[in-house]
Amino acid sequence: MPKKEKSLSSVFMNGIIAENPTLRLVLGTCPTIASTTSAVNAVGMGAAATFVLVGSNVVISLLRNIIPDKVRIPAFIAVICTFVTIVQMFMQAFLHDLYESLGVFIPLIVVNCIILARAEAFASKNGVLASAVDGVGMGCGFTLAITCIAIIRELLGNGTIFGLNVFGADYEPMLLMILAPGGFMVFGGVLAISNLVTQHFEKKKKDEKGVIHA
Amino acid sequence: MSEIAKILLFMVSCVLTNNYIFSRFLGCCPFLGVSNKVETAAGMGIAVTFVMAIASLFTKLLYDLVLVPLSLEYLNTIGFIIVIASLVQLVEMFLKKTSPSLYRALGIYLPLITTNCAVLGVTILNINSGYNLFYSILNGTFGALGFLLAIVLMAGVRERLETSKVPQCLKGFSGSLIMAGLMAVAFMGFSGLGN
Repeated sequence: MPKKEKSLSSVFMNGIIAENPTLRLVLGTCPTIASTTSAVNAVGMGAAATFVLVGSNVVISLLRNIIPDKVRIPAFIAVICTFVTIVQMFMQAFLHDLYESLGVFIPLIVVNCIILARAEAFASKNGVLASAVDGVGMGCGFTLAITCIAIIRELLGNGTIFGLNVFGADYEPMLLMILAPGGFMVFGGVLAISNLVTQHFEKKKKDEKGVIHA
Repeated sequence: MSEIAKILLFMVSCVLTNNYIFSRFLGCCPFLGVSNKVETAAGMGIAVTFVMAIASLFTKLLYDLVLVPLSLEYLNTIGFIIVIASLVQLVEMFLKKTSPSLYRALGIYLPLITTNCAVLGVTILNINSGYNLFYSILNGTFGALGFLLAIVLMAGVRERLETSKVPQCLKGFSGSLIMAGLMAVAFMGFSGLGN
């Protein structure tokens, strides 16, 4: 290996913080907005996407020396599609309520840019174990981010968190938050906060460096 | 209601009431990614319209003539994505040969369409909603025109935002998303239409 292998824990944390797919790279916006109407939906979507990510990362990493470079994108999509079909059939059989509420967005995991991006950027260049860890990290990062957004939307739009009533029966729900505009706005707001936090830490780091050099 | 009135109403509802971006959240990635300039946004929108209309036709035929007789309905996702990917390639080759000027205008957007979830979304929704062939094509074409409308409007807003003073943390995607939210509120005003 010419390049030093990154440690597995740093690969895992990379997906959650430094390259969080939803908040830092802004990939996969459609499922983010569609599945965050309630926290349960978000966790379900996150789990499904994580499963597909890990499965496709492992298979693509195994096949990375066999797939010719020219047809790699169709090959990746075929692999991803297989896992999505497995998830879809599993959910239809065992988690039917979730399947109904996520609807068309389960087959659409195929075109979730996060998965293809990781296949292209990571799994096709790294070993099986690292790719699996990258899949878990990215999946957890995605799940955490969309669950945060979903909790805000569910709390404001319905007065509940994971179906548990928080504000009591008198609360007048802000229906707008559950509808499409709320999805865009809460996502935008969370993104702005995450930008603010990142800028703050980057500035702090720069200041500390400045002190050392001075 | 006469058949023609029904069809007209269906077209309007595809473009405005059930706009793919603002009420079904399909195609948000290109909507946010390629809406910096009105010209590029229009190019992307036209390319999507092109592919979505043809994809609706071919996936419906594939489903009715191949998958249903062989009882392989569960393979629809994989079948449709292959159809879309090859269609995009075909359209690209066809345009290159027949209309180089159009190819130059749309060329760079065409490969991106394969991973546009609106295209796969429309084809799956066509099947799930039980539309016949004619309505599937209408849904694809006019749904895509709604996408074109949304992305061009968004690009217009973003061009203006470029020159105005915005807080640092709201620059880029976060500000665009909030703008999209406000536009979605406006589009909700159409929701009574056609009832």
